[in-house]
Amino acid sequence: MAMSRDEIMQEVQEVLVDALGVDDDEVTAEATLMGDLGAESIDFLDIVFRLEKTFGIKIPREELFPAENLMTDSEFVHNGKLTEKGLAELREKMPHTDITAFESDPDINKLADLFTVNAIVNYVEGKLSS
Amino acid sequence: MRWIWIDKFVEFQSGKRAVALKNVTLAEEHLHDHFPGFPVMPECLMIEAMAQTSGILVGEAKKFQEKVILAKVKKAVFFDYVRPGDTIKLDARIESIISEAASTSGRITCEDKLIAEIDLMFSHIDQNLAGKEFPRENFVFDTGTSVFESLLRDVLSAGAGAADSEQDR
Repeated sequence: MAMSRDEIMQEVQEVLVDALGVDDDEVTAEATLMGDLGAESIDFLDIVFRLEKTFGIKIPREELFPAENLMTDSEFVHNGKLTEKGLAELREKMPHTDITAFESDPDINKLADLFTVNAIVNYVEGKLSS
Repeated sequence: MRWIWIDKFVEFQSGKRAVALKNVTLAEEHLHDHFPGFPVMPECLMIEAMAQTSGILVGEAKKFQEKVILAKVKKAVFFDYVRPGDTIKLDARIESIISEAASTSGRITCEDKLIAEIDLMFSHIDQNLAGKEFPRENFVFDTGTSVFESLLRDVLSAGAGAADSEQDR
């Protein structure tokens, strides 16, 4: 049975409330996981495990949150900003995320802002329909 | 010397489930302060007991080659007191395990009464996503801690991969 986007959002909300100990009204579509919801690195793995269980999907290592790999590669990062190559890599690795706003100022400190609740919903939606 | 806060394993299914026992006694000094006239096992020490049960289960799943560190207490809910003289049973299961981390769920019971539900996350810190480096020696399951071997000797079938140790204690 296919899930509607609203249903996916609802389940994702529940996962994040449990994993991060936040209130459900904090988990808006635009909320960023690290900035707004206070997620730390181990929380990302917790979220991955919970999503796998909730939706019965398999999430390959770093498919959902691939940014850490990018940041440690000098080919992708220069002067604290993502290079053209880095941006291309990011687009390829995170097709479920809209990075238009980030592209105008690809400061790696803002990379974390790309991990929003919406990005997770997009990812799960794509995964369920594939 | 390692501080071991569980007394023995009674069941051990590699990579899946471990059941350990802990006897609680008034000889534990902290019980005289927690609380004067009303000794009950501190809840943080129930989390510790579950962390050791689950942590050894997670460590054994990778043959004690990983440095397994408690990374997150996902859930800790307590339903009843544990008093001196009680034997608590710690039942831990691996929910998910990948190269970087593991997630476990656990229940503590005392004579079939539910005492606590404690779910944890462990990190294999050498495999952390940020690529940070840690000392080479395995300070979690080092070969000097033959105590892990003695804890597991009775429940692990021969050759199933208990902690290595030169000394026989």
